[in-house]
Amino acid sequence: MDYSAYAEAHGLKRMGARPPFSEYLRDAWVRRDFAVTLSAYSNEAANSHNRLGRWWTVLLPTIQAGTYGLIFGLILQGNRPDNFLPFLFTGVFLFAFFSASFSSGASALTGNVGLVKSLSFPRILLPISSVLSQFFNFLPQLGVLALLLIGIQQTISWTWLALIPIMILMVIFASGLAMIAARLTVQVRDLSQLIPFVTRIAFYISGIFFSIDTVLSGIPVLHAIMQWNPIYDFVELARGAVVVGHEMTPHLWIATSVWAFGLFIFGTIFFWRAEERYGRD
Amino acid sequence: MAATDNRKPAVVVDDVHIVYKVYASGKLATGDAGRNGLLKKKVKLREVHAVKGVSFTIYEGESIGLIGSNGSGKSSLMRAVAGLTPIDQGNIYASARPTLLGVGAALLPKLSGEKNIMIGGMAMGLDRKSAQASLEPVTEFAGLQDFIDLPMRTYSSGMSARLRFAIAAYRDHDILIIDEALAVGDSAFRKRSEARMRELRDTAGTVFLVSHSMKSILDTCNRVIWLEKGVLRMDGDPQTVVDAYNAENGSDIID
Repeated sequence: MDYSAYAEAHGLKRMGARPPFSEYLRDAWVRRDFAVTLSAYSNEAANSHNRLGRWWTVLLPTIQAGTYGLIFGLILQGNRPDNFLPFLFTGVFLFAFFSASFSSGASALTGNVGLVKSLSFPRILLPISSVLSQFFNFLPQLGVLALLLIGIQQTISWTWLALIPIMILMVIFASGLAMIAARLTVQVRDLSQLIPFVTRIAFYISGIFFSIDTVLSGIPVLHAIMQWNPIYDFVELARGAVVVGHEMTPHLWIATSVWAFGLFIFGTIFFWRAEERYGRD
Repeated sequence: MAATDNRKPAVVVDDVHIVYKVYASGKLATGDAGRNGLLKKKVKLREVHAVKGVSFTIYEGESIGLIGSNGSGKSSLMRAVAGLTPIDQGNIYASARPTLLGVGAALLPKLSGEKNIMIGGMAMGLDRKSAQASLEPVTEFAGLQDFIDLPMRTYSSGMSARLRFAIAAYRDHDILIIDEALAVGDSAFRKRSEARMRELRDTAGTVFLVSHSMKSILDTCNRVIWLEKGVLRMDGDPQTVVDAYNAENGSDIID
């Protein structure tokens, strides 16, 4: 007997095949509470073994910023960009969010084996939830950054409000990044070894502790390319909002929006295309 | 399969093959041992043919027992029906996405039982409010009132299986697959869960039960499928199939 015709006649669907894209997105949207709750819970679980618990999420980047401030402040001496500490701190805090999202996105599937093996739900919720986790960690860090900046610059302005749309764009961008990293590490486990290295490189080339305009002024081609480095664009845009002497240019708004939505759409499709492979050993 | 069909099919399994490709290290216990030179010591790709061309049709409201010795392909087949394991040949059709409940790790071992109930419920599509409302009945069903605030990693395997069954059984499922999950529970819990399975079946749900306990199979199922070495051995009335199985493997009715 012809099973496929019989199954079709009764409206049965083929299993194991990934669901159509629109259905997949709808399934994921229905379970959005799951992603949000999971992100809150996994932050809690991550901190449960430390005595200082949640405080580490703000202590760590503060210590980091202090260390970089000391070291780069001394090394770069005359070469430092103007208003150096606010410049550096903004860069370091924002970069920490991207790097944390990237690495936790990469382990979103491999680190949640228990969930993946026992429940079926759209797996895309896992990288998204890992970025939300990092976002919840980032909010208190942003508070620390604001205090540091007010302390140093002794001023605050309306442009600070631009941080709200900037953060939304950052979360969208980071989600795309996390989805790509999540699929890649499932298919090629070895890539997880490269993540710290990739992060390091990104840190050095994204103008976190030096001004790309000054350093690359002699190499116009490289300078032009760097204008489209997404991490640099996000950091510059945030500096435009909160660091005195920097401005939010239209180019930065366009570049960050294009990157955020472009990477998110690409990441979603890229992740969905391998949906049926997640969870096999 | 004659044209007796006014029944609605829930799952159609059509000539399904599942092959695992595993990197085998070491030597096979059988076969050409002996040549063990340096050059021979390559990692070999071994193919394990777990399910070999199984076909059957399951109808709505049926409750299927799946039996067979260890390694007969029961769990592989059920994971494939749930869409969790890719199949290499053939097709599986289902009227709804089946929910598989298997033995295995805790969902989120570091978190309390309560939070696992929330997460599990939401992953199955409950919103936050309904998940909150499910806390009490699920805890009670699992019989874990005294331990629900402890991290799931501290649970015994029986406790954790009970909790996972309770989470899955809270919702009505169109198709629910239970893989050995009840074997670890105590007898009071087993009675509760078997009653719940009958209830699910009566609300037009379809339940698969993979088990080595012929007693649970006979108590809950109205059709039994016997797999042996990846091949369908028998499919039919529970008592007939279980009797044939016991005749071959020695009785385990005393359970």
